[in-house]
Amino acid sequence: MISDVLKNMGRFTVLVLLQVLIVKNINLGRYFIFFPYVLFILLLPFNTPKPLTLILAFILGLCIDMFYDTQGMHAAACITMAFARSFVLELFAPREGYDEQLKPTIAYMGVGWFSSYALILILVHHLILFYIEAFTFTEFFRTMLRVLGSTLATFGFIYLMQFLFYRPNKNRIS
Amino acid sequence: MRSLFNFLIRNYYYLLFIFLQVMCILLISKNKNFQGTRIINSSNTLSAETFLAVSNTKEYLSLKEENLKLAKENVGLLNIIRSRSYELIQIASLTKNDTLYKQKYIFTQANVINNSSNLRSNYLTLNIGSEQGITHDMAIINSEGIVGVIKDVSKNFSSALSLLNKDVKVNCMLKKDGSYGPLSWEKDDDYTSATLTDIPIHAKIKAGDTIVTSALSSIFPEGIHVGTVKSFERKSGDAFFTVKVNLSINFKKLNHVYVIKNLFKVEQDSLEFVSQKHDKDDK
Repeated sequence: MISDVLKNMGRFTVLVLLQVLIVKNINLGRYFIFFPYVLFILLLPFNTPKPLTLILAFILGLCIDMFYDTQGMHAAACITMAFARSFVLELFAPREGYDEQLKPTIAYMGVGWFSSYALILILVHHLILFYIEAFTFTEFFRTMLRVLGSTLATFGFIYLMQFLFYRPNKNRIS
Repeated sequence: MRSLFNFLIRNYYYLLFIFLQVMCILLISKNKNFQGTRIINSSNTLSAETFLAVSNTKEYLSLKEENLKLAKENVGLLNIIRSRSYELIQIASLTKNDTLYKQKYIFTQANVINNSSNLRSNYLTLNIGSEQGITHDMAIINSEGIVGVIKDVSKNFSSALSLLNKDVKVNCMLKKDGSYGPLSWEKDDDYTSATLTDIPIHAKIKAGDTIVTSALSSIFPEGIHVGTVKSFERKSGDAFFTVKVNLSINFKKLNHVYVIKNLFKVEQDSLEFVSQKHDKDDK
């Protein structure tokens, strides 16, 4: 339990630093923007209390806002994502519920499960973020393109990170 | 009452979500208007110090390029001084009345420690703040062109709107004949271009013409280089040209910049404000 808390705090710091120091400088044009820091919310343990998820997402969003000068935009996107997470988890739950030892990673849950889980949540996050940022519907389709492009970009990044940092687990189920 | 409490306890998860979301919306909306309330921005200590550390490291990587640029600029400045000194010798026999000239602009050197160019509204963070005499609405340029405008200031850092921001409008003109219009960063511009509107159709414009800042801006000095004309078109029904401008600055490689303080700005603005007020009263 304690090690879980420490592990998540470490992941929080690493992801925020990765986002603001390195990924912020990656520039592939205006339609592909990476926000891999949302991996923190994706990887919270299954048994995290729902309200705690919201509060952690809020703090994460504020931290990113501080570095991006966006005052509350990332926070709003993050808590919406955390809110949606509880529903997505229910939707994709195995019949007997989530095992205590499982983690929401590719290694434990398989590529298919993780992809649909991550894609939906990243899409929610990016939708909120880009539309608040544009704050107008006159650029509706342009913003939509940015949302879709960036969702794919972020997902690709997160997908690759999973392979870099998590060793495949022998007793995976899928 | 009890059923109310029961309701609150049963739905506290949803209420917490709504509460946090409302806080975010307050943050987003409030900070657009009030000066002092921007707490969560990149000029606060934690994020500014982080960016400072990174930029200190990054500076080493571009030292050669920066040196070249500074050397070029030094040459330019030396040229100006020499021509001035010639003038001095020639008019040495005349009485020179210094009170005719009054300093209008003060330049301060600064480093960009945080920068973005791919968002819809881009911001910069500079390593100088109110202790170095920076206030909001000061111009930022470098040796190649205009960079942006200071927005918020903390003690030792300041955060600025980049030229690549939908909220920034700078009045610019054609160097050739002085026809002017507002320069803005539109949605179809990337980090190398901007859009100049309201150029009258009698202006003899052609691709490659130089665009500089006009005297109408109380923030930027007149004649600062902005870029060159890339293309221009007259939209149907418009009495004006819309001009695409190639920006002379590479916004991905900003490092040393100058912050310009206009010593006459307060005077000019308050005068304009007063006469606009009178105008309104008359109506």
